[in-house]
Amino acid sequence: MSKHDLLIIGAGLAGLRAAVEGVRQGLNVAVITKVHPVRSHSNAAQGGINAALTDRGDDWRDHALATIKGSDYLADQDAVEVMCREAGEAIIELENMGVIFSRDDDGKLGTRAFGGQKKARTYFVGAITGSALLHVLYEQSVKYNLHIYEEWFVTKLIKQDGKIAGAIAFDIKTGQMELITAKAVVLATGGAGRVFEPSTNALICTGDGLSLAMQVGAPVMDTEMIQYHPTTLAGNGILLSEAARGDGAYLINSEGERFMEKYAPDYMELASRDVVSRAEQTEIDEGRGVDGCVYLDLRHLGKKFIEERLGYLQEVALEFRGIDLSESPIPIKPGMHYIMGGIKTDLNGATNIPGLYAAGECANVSVHGANRLGANSLLDTIVFGRRAAVNSVDYIKSSNGIEVDERELSKEKSRIQNILDRPKGMRSSELRNKMGSTMTKGIGVWRDKNSISEAITKMKDLRGQLPNVYIENKGKVFNTDLVSYLELEFMVDVAESICQGADIRLESRGAHFRTDMKTRNDADWLKHTLVQFEGEELNTTTSDVTITDWQPTERVY
Amino acid sequence: MEAQIKVKRFNPENDSESFFQDYSIDVTEDSTILDGLIKIREEIDGTLALRCSCRASICGSCSMKVNGSAKLVCKTRIKEVSPEGEPVTVEPMGNFPVIKDLVTDMDLFWSKVKSVDPYVKTNFEPEAEHIASNESMTHLLGVMNCIMCGACVSECTALEVDPAFTGPAALAKAYRFVADPRDEDKKSRLGKLNENTGVWDCSRCLACVEVCPKDVAPMERIVKMRDLAIEEGYTNTSGYRHTESFSDSIKKHGRLDETRLALESTGLLNISGLIDLAVIGIKSLFKGKIPPPLPHKPKEADKVTSIARRLDSQETEE
Repeated sequence: MSKHDLLIIGAGLAGLRAAVEGVRQGLNVAVITKVHPVRSHSNAAQGGINAALTDRGDDWRDHALATIKGSDYLADQDAVEVMCREAGEAIIELENMGVIFSRDDDGKLGTRAFGGQKKARTYFVGAITGSALLHVLYEQSVKYNLHIYEEWFVTKLIKQDGKIAGAIAFDIKTGQMELITAKAVVLATGGAGRVFEPSTNALICTGDGLSLAMQVGAPVMDTEMIQYHPTTLAGNGILLSEAARGDGAYLINSEGERFMEKYAPDYMELASRDVVSRAEQTEIDEGRGVDGCVYLDLRHLGKKFIEERLGYLQEVALEFRGIDLSESPIPIKPGMHYIMGGIKTDLNGATNIPGLYAAGECANVSVHGANRLGANSLLDTIVFGRRAAVNSVDYIKSSNGIEVDERELSKEKSRIQNILDRPKGMRSSELRNKMGSTMTKGIGVWRDKNSISEAITKMKDLRGQLPNVYIENKGKVFNTDLVSYLELEFMVDVAESICQGADIRLESRGAHFRTDMKTRNDADWLKHTLVQFEGEELNTTTSDVTITDWQPTERVY
Repeated sequence: MEAQIKVKRFNPENDSESFFQDYSIDVTEDSTILDGLIKIREEIDGTLALRCSCRASICGSCSMKVNGSAKLVCKTRIKEVSPEGEPVTVEPMGNFPVIKDLVTDMDLFWSKVKSVDPYVKTNFEPEAEHIASNESMTHLLGVMNCIMCGACVSECTALEVDPAFTGPAALAKAYRFVADPRDEDKKSRLGKLNENTGVWDCSRCLACVEVCPKDVAPMERIVKMRDLAIEEGYTNTSGYRHTESFSDSIKKHGRLDETRLALESTGLLNISGLIDLAVIGIKSLFKGKIPPPLPHKPKEADKVTSIARRLDSQETEE
């Protein structure tokens, strides 16, 4: 049994930022991650990270307003204030750690424009900002000699006497299972995109943290808020960054028209993502698409510019589609990309369970509300990853630690063994594929009562079939067959919570667009949806949105 | 279309040695090798082990040998390596121990990365950002593109004979700090990189440059660090003496004087080194591999020497 003060689950940006802070605060910190830290999906953020740097005439309040408008007024405004106020410091700190941000002629940090904002305040590293940040935070983890359980898979959180006491996990490389106790746990497990198919998300984005939290009684909030990114490749769903449009690319339909003029005359291609995705889907539905896609056109930007600032996009276009962006437009479509909802936390990352914290995409503070602005996700991870660790310190110091009943481990071992011992049945991929298509169909860019109800029924049925899944691989070493099944169990919880949230929100707001209720209803629905396990059942409730200075108004781009 | 994939399998729990297993799968024109492997794992054989995550050539998980050469399988289309439907061979990376099937043990890889102190070292924290030129940052972007996939290490010919060599990935990482205008530890970094197992152990075979899926060009970074180390005055290395002796020999004789090169690279005052060299010399002698003690003068040697001198003077001008 290993003992730590603070156990962080997940080694993407939120997890590593929390870990670095924990070490700086003098805690005994460990990070546990199912892949090597630099394989984490923070890597895939391309465009940049937002901040209003006051020394160059920007104002965090403008950033906050853009974020709140982007959220369609569902974000908690106190949380948005925290994020936008701390953004400047976060960017400078990242630069000091060694991030190679792009510069202006004066040698200071340079920006690019991004969606939903009139001012260019997105700091960036080519088109690999997430990767550049993640590798630098990994560098810091080496500097601080961080204890990392690499390629370990967490199967369960331990809650004892109402408090979090650690986790049970196994080493994927050997199959060895251990009880790891900790006075506090930060969930930083990232997104849940694989609940849908296709998705821009990596194969590891299976919502583990959301389910782990739900299993110990924490509610998830606004999970119906699923972001469809406007520019993804058809088929495999690979992302092409908003940075393209931020740097001047156009969206055109089959008639060569810059159609955003009809939908967002002021912001054009840089309207909020939900707005752009709906515009694209409308064009496609009304017959002005080609094979279910519209086009992203970068030709006028020129080859040199593309290669220097958008190199990774050019690589993706060339390798996956054989298209040179400087010569041809590339077919794209809206694709599932991000979950605004997540484990409900306060401004300090604390959940309702003492000792359990969450940060990053798996959490919902909430700063993104019903639609996240591009380049706010990286900021979210850095600001709230740090805050979760800082705020765990007092709790950890006041805690004597909990003696965990060792039988927890043997119980979990036999649960896993029973799964391995199941007789021949269906493969987990079969169920997962069904779930992916169910969710994409039911909780898409458009949704309505029927599509949501159908998804709920199918997901209940899918849950019922989980015990019929068998694990072909019986070995201990690198048993990805077992890992995939356990991930599927997590995803089923997340998928059901998404459906439940969508079902009870009787309005359209941000990414949640119901064709049977097309308008926002502030009178009844300026509210968060909450989904929580009560025994075996998922229960739903709502809570009020925190409004500070910005009263909801009509949202026009 | 149908694809034939030959996968190298090894399960430490059952197998004493590795073997190839053939799979036949239905794929599309756009399918990547990763798509194929996932299809095998999910539809045919759940025991197949591989690492993969992003599917978009950014996480660095899925480097494997495809038809004998390391590639990211997520961005390699089956059609590209098998235009006529020829069988595609997929093996784990070279120069790594295998954990299972296509999964390699990367512990040593990471410990080498850690050995280069892979973080920016500065003596002061500015109030705002460090001022730096965009050119310097864009230049670093070339190495920051590295996703630590291990493809370069898999193909490194120097590592194949000397497992202690720091290797192309860790050295490219080191360059990211040596060339970072904000780092204040450049001189001692170069001093360390100049030691045995460092920059001089690269055999300059270009394999790493060729296979890198991100155009990081590790070998070019290594060669650049040799120059920088010499500029910093680190000349007491066999690597430095080797380059000097090499160029002297060409300039003087218009050919390579191999005997002298060996002696001068070792260092004429390096007694233990010279004893080792003598042992090699004797072994070579018995195998008839020893070069003649006095070099013959090739035809038109003066043309070679004049080219060498001209190159030399151009370099000085630069």
